Amino acid sequence: MKKIKSIIAMLMLIILASSCEKKLDLAPQQDLAENLALSSDANVKTVMVSAYAALRGHDPAGRDACILRNSELAGGTGEISWRGTYTGPREIFNHQVIAANGEITIQWLQSYECINICNNVLSALDVVKKADRGKIEGEALFLRSLMYFDLVRFYAKTYEPGTTNSQLGVPLVLTPTTVIGSGNNVGRNTVEEVYAKVITDLVRAVSLLPGENGYYATIGAANALLARVYLQKGDYAKARDAADLVIGSDLYQLTPTYAGEFNNIEYSTEDIFAVKYTAADGINLMTEYWSGVDQGGRDGDIEILPAHLNLYDPSDERLALFWDYGSGVMLSGKWNNQYGLINMFRLAEMYLIRAECNQRLGTAVGDTPVNDYNMTHERAGLPAAISVTLGDILLERRLELAHEGFKLHDVKRLKLNVGTFPYNDPKLVFPIPDREIKANSALKDQQNPGY
Amino acid sequence: MKKIHVFLTLLCFFLIHTVSAQNRQLTGVVTSSDDGATIPGVSVFVKDSPTIGTVTDLDGKYKLSAPPNAQVLIFSFVGMNKQEVPIGSSNIVDVSLVPVATTLDEIVVIGYGSQIKSKVTGNIARVSGDLVKNTPVPSVQQAMQGKTAGVFVEGTTGKVGGVTRMRIRGSSSITANNEPLFIVDGVPLSTESMNQTGAAINPLTSINFNDIESIDVLKDASSTAIYGSRGANGVILISTKKGKAGDTKLNVNFQYGYSKASHKRDFMNAEQYIAALRDAGKGADAYEERLYGENYDNVGFVESRLIRYSGWAAILDGDGNYIGSKVNTNWQDQAFQTGSLQMVDISASGGTDKLKYYASGSYNKQQSILIANGLDRFSGRLNVDNKVNKFINMGFTLSLSRTNTNQVSGDNAFSTPMQLVAMSPITPTRDTNGVLYDRPVTTYYNGLIDAEDTKRSILETRTVTNAYVAFALLKGLSWRSELGYDLYNMKENGKYSSRTDQGKGIGGYGIANYGETQNLITKSYLDYLSSFGDIGLSAVLGTEYQKTSIDNAWFDGRNFPSDDLKTLSSAGLITSGISTLNEYAFLSYFARATVDYKSKYLVTLAARIDKSSRFGKNKRSGFFPALSAGWVLTKEDFLANNNTISFLKFRTSYGLTGNAGIGNFKHLGLFGVTPYNAQPGFFPSQIANPDLSWENTRQLDFGLDFGLFKNRISGEIDYYVKKTTDLLLDVPVPGTSGFSVQTRNIGSVENKGFEFVLNTTNLAGEFRWNTTFNFSVNKNKVTDLGGQDIIDAGDTRNMNVVKVGEPLGVFYGAQYAGVASDIIVGANPDGSDIYGGDAIWYVNAKDDNGNIVNPDAITNDFGSANFVVLGHPTPDYMYAMTNSFGYKGFELDFTMQGVSGNKIHLSGDIFMAANSDWFDNQTTDQLNTWKKPGDITDIPQARLGYSNGVHDRSSRYLSDGAYLKLRSLTLAYNFPQKFISKAKFDNLRIYIQAQNLLTFTKYIGWDPEVSSDDFVDNVVSGVDFYSAPQPRSITFGINIGL
Repeated sequence: MKKIKSIIAMLMLIILASSCEKKLDLAPQQDLAENLALSSDANVKTVMVSAYAALRGHDPAGRDACILRNSELAGGTGEISWRGTYTGPREIFNHQVIAANGEITIQWLQSYECINICNNVLSALDVVKKADRGKIEGEALFLRSLMYFDLVRFYAKTYEPGTTNSQLGVPLVLTPTTVIGSGNNVGRNTVEEVYAKVITDLVRAVSLLPGENGYYATIGAANALLARVYLQKGDYAKARDAADLVIGSDLYQLTPTYAGEFNNIEYSTEDIFAVKYTAADGINLMTEYWSGVDQGGRDGDIEILPAHLNLYDPSDERLALFWDYGSGVMLSGKWNNQYGLINMFRLAEMYLIRAECNQRLGTAVGDTPVNDYNMTHERAGLPAAISVTLGDILLERRLELAHEGFKLHDVKRLKLNVGTFPYNDPKLVFPIPDREIKANSALKDQQNPGY
Repeated sequence: MKKIHVFLTLLCFFLIHTVSAQNRQLTGVVTSSDDGATIPGVSVFVKDSPTIGTVTDLDGKYKLSAPPNAQVLIFSFVGMNKQEVPIGSSNIVDVSLVPVATTLDEIVVIGYGSQIKSKVTGNIARVSGDLVKNTPVPSVQQAMQGKTAGVFVEGTTGKVGGVTRMRIRGSSSITANNEPLFIVDGVPLSTESMNQTGAAINPLTSINFNDIESIDVLKDASSTAIYGSRGANGVILISTKKGKAGDTKLNVNFQYGYSKASHKRDFMNAEQYIAALRDAGKGADAYEERLYGENYDNVGFVESRLIRYSGWAAILDGDGNYIGSKVNTNWQDQAFQTGSLQMVDISASGGTDKLKYYASGSYNKQQSILIANGLDRFSGRLNVDNKVNKFINMGFTLSLSRTNTNQVSGDNAFSTPMQLVAMSPITPTRDTNGVLYDRPVTTYYNGLIDAEDTKRSILETRTVTNAYVAFALLKGLSWRSELGYDLYNMKENGKYSSRTDQGKGIGGYGIANYGETQNLITKSYLDYLSSFGDIGLSAVLGTEYQKTSIDNAWFDGRNFPSDDLKTLSSAGLITSGISTLNEYAFLSYFARATVDYKSKYLVTLAARIDKSSRFGKNKRSGFFPALSAGWVLTKEDFLANNNTISFLKFRTSYGLTGNAGIGNFKHLGLFGVTPYNAQPGFFPSQIANPDLSWENTRQLDFGLDFGLFKNRISGEIDYYVKKTTDLLLDVPVPGTSGFSVQTRNIGSVENKGFEFVLNTTNLAGEFRWNTTFNFSVNKNKVTDLGGQDIIDAGDTRNMNVVKVGEPLGVFYGAQYAGVASDIIVGANPDGSDIYGGDAIWYVNAKDDNGNIVNPDAITNDFGSANFVVLGHPTPDYMYAMTNSFGYKGFELDFTMQGVSGNKIHLSGDIFMAANSDWFDNQTTDQLNTWKKPGDITDIPQARLGYSNGVHDRSSRYLSDGAYLKLRSLTLAYNFPQKFISKAKFDNLRIYIQAQNLLTFTKYIGWDPEVSSDDFVDNVVSGVDFYSAPQPRSITFGINIGL
């Protein structure tokens, strides 16, 4: 009897134990298993959306705000001053960057995050409905090209027209990552290879994208980026033609006033492509650094110095957009809406590219340089010019596009100086992030000079 | 006056009573059963007439005049069992008292059962509830500080309700959880913070530790193997009080006290601040001329900022100083307040042989030393045990608690009180209308606005319950089933007005965050206890299933029509609404058998099989066995009657445990969701690893338990080696893959250590003196990282890294070489000059063998200085000593506790001790900057905005973290029996307690007991970033037993 009792007890234990086994199969509730994410038309399109979100950055660092700001900080000596307490941007402004700098690390990681999303989309085009396949491919190619173009401009020696450009660029990764292995240790391609890939992809994107596409990439956006890439290469004819295609599409129009182009929540008539922020998206880092406390920013971290303000004609409406934060501290007025767009490509840039290239080449494709020049000049409330020089056009560009992320790249393209640093000084090239050199054996001996 | 009256009445009554009756004159001698020695100071009184009594004299003799009807004498003495002796016909009553069981005879709680300490073969440290009760700290972890060897407890900051870290025998994991497993009455508790705003709070604050009967800390593999994949970090078993049969005992305790910051730092006054900044402006101009050939007028810039920061006081006085210099605000004082503590605690216990209960209720309110920080807690408990019949026992433990915490921001937020020290002393706190200043008048966001205008409360409610039923099946064999449930709810509401940092520019900001952790655990096991002749056997066999689900719902919104409206229903725009659910489950089988021969030779075998949803399909099940053995030498003939050695036991154990403390679903490849333009997007968030499994820890322990001189001296010595392999490691992967880390089982860590515990009874008798001492050494070393040498997050603020051959989280940065006194031509590695006033570092270039090539080479370029190991954040050794003295009713206890060998990274000092690199106020040691060629100093020339020597990853910002604290001091008086029994009290005790009264340290920051709440994980620790010091508190208490 006693034995039976204990046998029953043992049996009960076993029954209790085995009945729970199935309860260990729990599935995640917030995330999607990787095999499902690329399995349907709807899902691939949803993955595509996240590539745009990656422009903003998943964490609060806000990739695009960083790259615009970093170009201005690295090239702005004498015209702006970093007045903030954060050490990362300060190092960039003071040209004392170390390879572990958090800002350049984030910029690198988030760019490749976006690239990997695009690669995922490009690998799964088969499951996208035929009618939308071209559009989705074009969007992915556009965003990936935008990433590579910015990476190669910041992390590699500048493109030198007329040379082989065999200096180290950045690693070109063109397939999605599904496993991590030694195959992920990719070395740097040359600058020429990166530019070539960007141009090939953008040319294809132009052939695939629609003219209008809501907040997403369009044929205009791809052409605008192409114009920018050709200009950086010094290929003025192609830059001019690409810009002309954007202007000639008649899809865009300059806003009536200069101030009207900034701090908007929705695309203006002038915007070709912009990054959208909503109240749900966290901090807009352009506002954070460029504006003041009442706008939701920090404490006016980037101050505009008189040397820059003195470049404007006193009656220039663009001068009036700068504002006094108190005690004569002048700030840019372009980023005062924390839920506003970050303008990436706008029509004014296209006019100025076409003007510069026509002027350099002695042509008048689309229109004459002086007419293109007057488009922005007159909008700023200034009298129309009768004739212009290349210098006039470059100054107009510097004022019209001030603090929108062009500074460092124009310095390099035009072979100017930053303070006492010549355009090709190693200090004007970001280091490959320290964590990347350590995590990727192929980069071991590929750090930029001076780091 | 009234009391004296009562006393006199009592005295008269006593005198009349004694004089009037025909009393018997009783005499006798009281001795100890241990050695026959006489005991002075023993209370002797007549049962039922406690007023009739006396104490023994120096020779242990007493004389007592007892009434003729007296039947029984009671003898009572501290450290001895109370004894009742009937009065016979003889007038001589001699008594031999038996000492109370020493630590060697006590019962310790082990996993799924309990055992006599002398039969234990593993390493289990016991902290009795008496040692933690009434400690004026919020959490049980803090109350355990210094009480056991090998257990490192660290309050992260002085914030009330903040997280406390605990490490048993070192850290063994780099990515997974390093906290021990907490089990209260059989229910594993969730210990993870759920609040999302402000500094993380400690969910264990919900435990009322006056309810604790004992805390048993399981340290070695033999004792933890029965917890399998969750045992590797040690296990803390908390048992709450049980009822005892007999009359209801009522215990009432009141406590009241106050606290202050244990230390403050010295900051510049307004005059010093102005001078230092003007100097920094000049320094920056000179530096720019060297760099760019021109300067950008930093001198003018400094003046413009001094005006701005002076607010209404921006008027120059006769000396060219701003009137602000007379304002001279001490911002550090603004961050602190006098804290307070109030506690009421009532408990009752009693019952019959069949039904026993323990019930308690308590209220505890603590105000922090920091402004706007505090908590209050209500808690209640009911523990019931019922003997249904000869075969069935059943019962439950049930606790409820409600904790309301006003939490302040984490250390890294501008709004946290401690960051007020960054404000300028020339800035008045308020404008002429009495409104608090904010930027641009203040240097940073004024955290006082947060204290004034933020409503941030965290309400936690927690129920922990466990019900059991046990059947006696046959002799020695019983079945026990338990059902445990831990329900932890956290409700967090925050409202930030439109003046606050969070609410500015968006019309105010509000959040509502609801979190719930449910933990359901069922277990059943067979327990067998028997003996066969000289062989004793005890065995346990069982199974357990646990499921935990964690729900969270978060909402936030902005655009409030008025700052007076506090809930999200009035928000103009709800900006997010998110809910999440995470679950995990464990299914386990466990067994243990202990065999002993004549209680002399002991062997224990324990094992557990764990299956968990947390692991990859390929590695779902793990087996964790341990074997241990003990040999009680004092049971052998050759030591049986030794006069010196009263107890001696060798024990050893070896076993395998695991650590499953990684997140959930880490093995899956996942796409997360992120929105763009209000459309959801899937992005690759995690790369798959189907082979992911738990970490394995193999631990070897040698121990020796001893008792000398009738156990007046007893102690333990342990040596252990703990090797953890298959570390769950977030391995950095090439960022070009689109990912930055992958969780893998790679690498190993070793902890080796030595623990020593000594308990001595130095004086027994009327004057009593006991000492307990513990000392432990732990050497932590990373032995392998899967082929890599180092994992460096590449952070510029924190310099903790993981490096092979070094302790976990070692500080790795540039070695600061001080300041160049004058120009050193061509001294840099690239041949350029180093200028006077430049901060310099050692280059420390290494050859291929890792040896430093030229140890004297220096550079003024931080980027050219190679990083080297600079120290480590965890102590090499720690120690604590408690002395308890007693004389009659007086008791004095004090605990000294210390750590040594660690360094602390003052990472906030790059702002506040940074040679006026920016407008933050500076500590006064920064007055000593380099000013002119020839100056010898460690503080570089002030160059506003040029980071001269101001880099966090530098030995400049490391400081020795060793300390010795007078952790606690208690003075108590127990009123004598004969006095209180008249009032029908069992006992009456008044006491005064002090915490952190004295600190001996060379540390230059606020408090060496620090780990910033915003910069702390397994790797990053030992960081002081505007971290609040621990409070120094004094409390008064009264305890009444009825």
